[in-house]
Amino acid sequence: MLEIRGICKSFGGVRASRDVTLTVPEGHITSLIGPNGSGKTTLFAQITGFLKPDAGSVHFLGEDITGMAPEAIARRGMVRTFQIVQPFTGQTVRENIAVGAHLHRASRADALARAEEVAHRVGLGDRLDLDAASLTVAGRKRLEVARALATDPKLILFDEVLAGLNPSEIRDVIPVIRDIRQSGITIFMIEHVMQAVMSLSEYSWVLNQGEVIAEGTPAEIVTDEKVIEAYLGKGMAKRIAERQGIHA
Amino acid sequence: MRQLVILAVVFAFIAAAPAIITSEFTQNVIIMVLYAALLGQAWNILGGYGGQFSFGHAAYFGTGAYTVAVLQVQLGVNPWIGLVIGALFSMAVAAFIGFATFRYGLRGSYFALVTLAFAEVLRILSNSVGFTGAGVGILIPLAPGAANMQFETKTGFFFLIWVLTLSSFLVVWWIGHSRFGASLAAVRDNEDAARALGVNAFRVKMGAIMLSGLFSGLAGIFYAQYFLYLDPYIAYGPAISVESLLVPIIGGMGTLFGPLLGAAALHVVSEATRELIGDVPGISLALYGALLVVMVMFMPRGLAGLLARLGVRRRAASGEMPRA
Ligand SMILES: Nc1ncnc2c1ncn2[C@@H]1O[C@H](COP(=O)(O)OP(=O)(O)OP(=O)(O)O)[C@@H](O)[C@H]1O
Ligand SMILES: [Mg+2]
Repeated sequence: MLEIRGICKSFGGVRASRDVTLTVPEGHITSLIGPNGSGKTTLFAQITGFLKPDAGSVHFLGEDITGMAPEAIARRGMVRTFQIVQPFTGQTVRENIAVGAHLHRASRADALARAEEVAHRVGLGDRLDLDAASLTVAGRKRLEVARALATDPKLILFDEVLAGLNPSEIRDVIPVIRDIRQSGITIFMIEHVMQAVMSLSEYSWVLNQGEVIAEGTPAEIVTDEKVIEAYLGKGMAKRIAERQGIHA
Repeated sequence: MRQLVILAVVFAFIAAAPAIITSEFTQNVIIMVLYAALLGQAWNILGGYGGQFSFGHAAYFGTGAYTVAVLQVQLGVNPWIGLVIGALFSMAVAAFIGFATFRYGLRGSYFALVTLAFAEVLRILSNSVGFTGAGVGILIPLAPGAANMQFETKTGFFFLIWVLTLSSFLVVWWIGHSRFGASLAAVRDNEDAARALGVNAFRVKMGAIMLSGLFSGLAGIFYAQYFLYLDPYIAYGPAISVESLLVPIIGGMGTLFGPLLGAAALHVVSEATRELIGDVPGISLALYGALLVVMVMFMPRGLAGLLARLGVRRRAASGEMPRA
């Protein structure tokens, strides 16, 4: 459904994407993981038109969308959320979500009705008339999800929607994400919370310093030597293996 | 819907004024307040609802004013036709300035400065070409009669400005209840987030600046017909740009009724200063500057915000009474 071919991006000396190639299949939850600063958000920004790749191309539903404007990409059915939440402060939760709902709905009444429906779906039904600025972190993350969902997308890119939430909030949001997948929307998510990756994602790519260093099911990923080293530092994989040998 | 009812009531009430108030002086006050409300509402579309702070609305005002005047004086075109052409020209100037600034993503103070520069360029141009009367100005010959948009009574001008101002308020009501308005507010509050949700920020801002320019131009056309004299400083000078933004800032940016409240308040304050200090040159600009600072520092949501807050407090107070 989404194909990324040989994406490269540098910021001065920092190589944020190095020849990234991957294909997101339709109908699944897949994920992008990697240590801080490994280039995950930058990759999302290039996929959704916020940044232009230095080289490579992005294809969505068979169409080359490299260099297209974000709004044009959203209209084709791919939307992203922001790691650093971006609510329309001063507007109510309902109005915030309605902006997304308007993408395919010209009528104000239809968009507001749709916003209400989506708010209930993500658990914001009781906060419809609150100013978005008054929401908690967890509430704002839900709002990001709701606005994206209200555009009736085919593919949603979630950038760390669970980061900053406490374990009970994470437990509350996981079923929401699963429910979105169930309704036929493909999900590609960046996630740091391994608990969520393990329980939600069917397939993952691991980025390190802008490069895909591993891919596979979550179970395969967590035992991958290169992945462990990327997260925990050089030599850790070996030490862990040794220690497991001692305990065995 | 409730807002539309209030709007209808307020404008119906204003419409009754000429029948009750026969004093020409007071009629003139009402006309000038409606005119300022139109000017402010025009700015409010782009600045209040769109978050794009223009310092150069004189560009549209002056274009409307000069178009209707030059067409009459140089080509003998009837001002009613001039009104249509002038409005279109103002809109075209707005489209040009919008394209030149939004295409390159100018925001905030850069946008403000560039709009100011455009207005100044037009002022200098109108000062140097012949057909505008250059620095001497242009005098529209007296030809009383509704057919020439030179009404013999104040009541005629009153209903002209009433219709123009009401139409701007209706458009702004629509903005508050439409997809266009929702997109515009989204772009104002967070352009990246809006674009991520499929809002074409460039197109939305173009729409806003063109509507804004249209109504600013209509205010200019009214001004030309009411005072029958223009010069580059009146039409394209900074005073109009400042008045355009001050009215909604005093009244409440991004609110439907803000420009009307602001226009009335500004009129009261300027009249009071004139009474107290007299007609000192430049006093109005100094006063505008001081007002701007005060409003931005102490009442960022304007009079409309103050009224809303008082309303909430009263409701809260009456809610507490049964418990007490
Ligand atoms: N606009 C920019 N200008 C310069 N450098 C940037 C820019 N955006 C990102 N970078 C750099 O690119 C690298 C990748 O950043 P990115 O935000 O994509 O990482 P990430 O994987 O999303 O990290 P995190 O897990 O912390 O969100 C970092 O070194 C970052 O400092
Ligand atoms: Mg990131």
